[in-house]
Amino acid sequence: MPATGNSEALAAAFEGGPAYVPYLAVGDPDYDASLEYVEALDRGGADVIELGLPFSEPIAEGPTIQGAVVRSLEGGMTPDRFFAFVEKLDVDAPLVCMTYYNLIYQYGDGDGPRDFVEKAAEVGLEGFVVPDLPAEEADPLREACDEFGLDLVFIVAPTTTGDRLERIMSRVSGYVYVQARLGTTGAKSDVADSTTESLDRLREYDVPKAVGFGISSGEHAERIVAGGADGIIVGSALVDIVAEGVEADLSTEAVADRLESLSRELKAGAERGYAARTEAAESR
Amino acid sequence: MSETEPTTNDAPELSRRPGRRRGRDDGKFGRYGGQYVPEALMPAIEELTDAYERYVLDNEDGFMDEFRERLADFGGRPTPLQRAERLSERYDREVYLKREDLLHGGAHKLNNALGQVLLAKYMGKERIVAETGAGQHGTATAMAAAHLDMPCEIYMGERDINRQRPNVFRMKLNGAEVNPVTAGRGTLKEAISETMRDWATTVENTHYVIGSVVGPHPFPVMVRDFQAVISEEARAQSIEKTGDLPTDVVACAGGGSNTMGSFAAFVDDESVALHAIEAGGSTLEVDEEAGVAPNSASLFAGEEGVLHGARTKLLQDSDGQIMESHSVSSGLDYAGVGPELAYLVDEGRVTPVAVDDDAALEGFHRLSNTEGIIPALETAHAFGYLEEHAEDLGERVVVTVSGRGDKDLESVIEETDKRDVAGAPDMSMFSGGI
Ligand SMILES: Cc1ncc(COP(=O)(O)O)c(C=O)c1O
Repeated sequence: MPATGNSEALAAAFEGGPAYVPYLAVGDPDYDASLEYVEALDRGGADVIELGLPFSEPIAEGPTIQGAVVRSLEGGMTPDRFFAFVEKLDVDAPLVCMTYYNLIYQYGDGDGPRDFVEKAAEVGLEGFVVPDLPAEEADPLREACDEFGLDLVFIVAPTTTGDRLERIMSRVSGYVYVQARLGTTGAKSDVADSTTESLDRLREYDVPKAVGFGISSGEHAERIVAGGADGIIVGSALVDIVAEGVEADLSTEAVADRLESLSRELKAGAERGYAARTEAAESR
Repeated sequence: MSETEPTTNDAPELSRRPGRRRGRDDGKFGRYGGQYVPEALMPAIEELTDAYERYVLDNEDGFMDEFRERLADFGGRPTPLQRAERLSERYDREVYLKREDLLHGGAHKLNNALGQVLLAKYMGKERIVAETGAGQHGTATAMAAAHLDMPCEIYMGERDINRQRPNVFRMKLNGAEVNPVTAGRGTLKEAISETMRDWATTVENTHYVIGSVVGPHPFPVMVRDFQAVISEEARAQSIEKTGDLPTDVVACAGGGSNTMGSFAAFVDDESVALHAIEAGGSTLEVDEEAGVAPNSASLFAGEEGVLHGARTKLLQDSDGQIMESHSVSSGLDYAGVGPELAYLVDEGRVTPVAVDDDAALEGFHRLSNTEGIIPALETAHAFGYLEEHAEDLGERVVVTVSGRGDKDLESVIEETDKRDVAGAPDMSMFSGGI
């Protein structure tokens, strides 16, 4: 598998099979339940877990994750509580922090990303995804990540081509987040053509490609991995389960079970897709 | 783009001055500005930057000529610089009003909206989206879109929809769709976030007409350049009427398009003092726990941070979460401000002052009953400032009347009813509304 960046754990997660990369907003709907939920993802076969640190202006998120952000912030989530949460988690999968740049920038002395990255390394995070930080503005965070041995994942959109793609691919490490469709996050019932086109454009680059935005079922996962993805990122479909739990007042255990079982379905789908791809390659 | 050539966007004698060119190359104003947006939007922003440089800065295909012509014929420019007789007497200095309330639509917002909708047309875009707070930018965009035959959708916070019903109706009359935004407190901040989400989905055929000098580059420079017509006219009119530059320019600041438009041509005139008047709301104290700043004074009280595509001064808590702002005027009710203003304040070139809700309401009534001009509540903050600080000003003051107050009458009745406002009429017969 492809060369990667600083984190050996992230590199290992993409070796020997497709990676299942689930996302949840930390603290949704509260701290303790959220711990159980993330651990359920791990039991369900997560290879990497993206932990969302909620920001008050989540401009890249659709209604599902916006709802999670509101619940988590109302429950009192802060960067320090987020770091405490990460320390407390008992999971095998390497952890990546997904958040917006202002929270990274303000942490500590409020004058740049270094303090946040240092703390992230200390609590055992392996990298970052920052949806409002394009390559043009990312150098300070990239440097801090290299200093502390963390990875910086960038998003490649269906509209990213040419020079922009080069600029991103020269800064990315860990994996590249292939945005499956235009728009914001949110579960969808189909696979967009733009996904295949994006994967084709990225083929020549030696970094794992994880596809996200809209994946909601094992069948999706299968098709996307069969189409060449090294991993699948799933957020809104999982957050939907948490939201339904809140609405229907389900027990933490019941919600955790559902998260674990959807995780198994997604992971199995990804593995079917991988087997089909390997078979096709061998018969060629 | 060649940086040595004067550009056609400026009055020729102003075009080479550094204050009119700031940020055009790289979107940076010292430590402020930049392009903090999701990757999906970056190609559109690059395309827009290219179009801005070609059409706006280099007047390709006569874009700026058409813009100026439409601003005159459709918009009614130039707007007058009028001497305010009673205020001049009251404050014992010459007070001039730059009458943007007389621009079509009743606020300065059309300068920018018409520029951007026309640019979208030149770029071959097929659809317009915009956010609005007070509804003034939404109305201006809806008018410009109807005028230029473009489909248009406006995002507006639910709370603002209730505060600004006449403007909502005006947008609909001009054929725009109005989408309520229910997230957060339902004001301008949430409306901007939601419009960015629409744009991230539809970027291939849609242009986002941002309503102020905020957002990622090139929006802050482009909106400033479209609004600069205010100060270009005011500067020439002042010289023509008084034989001299003003000593002071006073303009209210929300996101800062009125302010930057009113200041742009004066930034390099060191003798002219520039005053940005922000909404002090009910108090400048913040409630960290609740995440609420009961004001919108981001220049005066904000801290550096990143919001809606730019690094600027923001109302935020110590973690970096954005605060809910507050003002009686929905057009000033925003937790951020344009990056260039943040820079000019740090440089000491612009002085920010916060004026609270009470003083703004008094300013509203004073201008209405002494000068016969009913100002927007946003604008009224500038007149609150004049009452409190006239002593600090020089002998010739230009105040930009950024908009007229018809849209605010319901709010003014409600807010005046709550307080004892000096100079207000007897409210008893209007308590139920008008
Ligand atoms: C009349 C008027 N003045 C001022 C403003 C504040 O916006 P800006 O600071 O961008 O000029 C608004 C915004 O809606 C407005 O309607």
